[in-house]
Amino acid sequence: MKLTEEQINRYSRHILLKEVGGKGQRKLINGRVLIIGAGGLGSPIALYLAAAGIGTIGIADADEVDLSNLQRQVIHTTPDVGKAKVLSAKEKMLAINPEANVVTYQTWVNADNIKEMIADYDFVIDGTDNFAAKFLINDACVLGGKPYSHGGILQFDGQTLTVTPGESPCYRCIFPEPPPKDAIPTCSSAGVIGVLPGIIGTLQATEAIKYLLGVGDLLHGRLLTYSALRMRFREVPVKKNPNCPICGEHPTITEVKDELDAMTVCDLGH
Amino acid sequence: MNLTVNGKPATIAEETTLSITQLLETLQVEQREYVTVELNGDILDRGDFEGATVKDGDTIEFLYFMGGGR
Repeated sequence: MKLTEEQINRYSRHILLKEVGGKGQRKLINGRVLIIGAGGLGSPIALYLAAAGIGTIGIADADEVDLSNLQRQVIHTTPDVGKAKVLSAKEKMLAINPEANVVTYQTWVNADNIKEMIADYDFVIDGTDNFAAKFLINDACVLGGKPYSHGGILQFDGQTLTVTPGESPCYRCIFPEPPPKDAIPTCSSAGVIGVLPGIIGTLQATEAIKYLLGVGDLLHGRLLTYSALRMRFREVPVKKNPNCPICGEHPTITEVKDELDAMTVCDLGH
Repeated sequence: MNLTVNGKPATIAEETTLSITQLLETLQVEQREYVTVELNGDILDRGDFEGATVKDGDTIEFLYFMGGGR
């Protein structure tokens, strides 16, 4: 596949980078990334991946745009209130880059649909807002051998980790089991500073792009934490946990299942 | 004893050793029931919090759940 004149122009700032070049840009155009969640984290991820020329971008979310989303979910606009988030997101992605093939899944991920959903993609990004989904994505990606980026935010703090199954520690190596329902604030009650998902989501998008290009060092075995209040990034080295219930020496989880105990009312839709 | 806690030096009055459970209490760590504890680079099983001890010079990380994203 040869880049067209328009593509050379559109992606010229990428192509100038020796780590990308025409060859790397073609890798991005042939790349397939699935974003689970079209909200705070998903917004910058979807915008930047579309702009970067990722050829196929899947986006999954069952929700509709609400006025209270707009403080941080920058892919959605005021006239989008009431519209399906995946459709609102797709419109903006195509406006940035009409060449993108945007595949929408207007559904919540669950144990029945996730395996098939991730199978079509090279890299998966977790932009969800609840532990049931975060553990499900980890489990499906580990069992399916699919590299993915974990991201989590709360109030002024965020964290992210990239998992390449078999090579690097997974989310359960750090957090073996989800916390009990409602034990940790996750939803509308705790609040989040609007810029925070912009920081963490952009880091996650960067990992997807690096993975597709095959350049640099992925965020393997290092939980990157960010405090907006202290304006400090920290890296906590983490090792593969031999007692990890899914990728340890004696795994007890051998198939994906819904973590029903971790679901809260807001996770289950409205 | 002197410890490194989440990247910062911390001094604990105890001279000898302290269990992880006691340390969580002493430092008034948030989300004590759910926090992940990494001692000198190894993630500890929750069941080992009573038995595992910290000593002078140890490095401890407390890792917290962050479930938001939307």
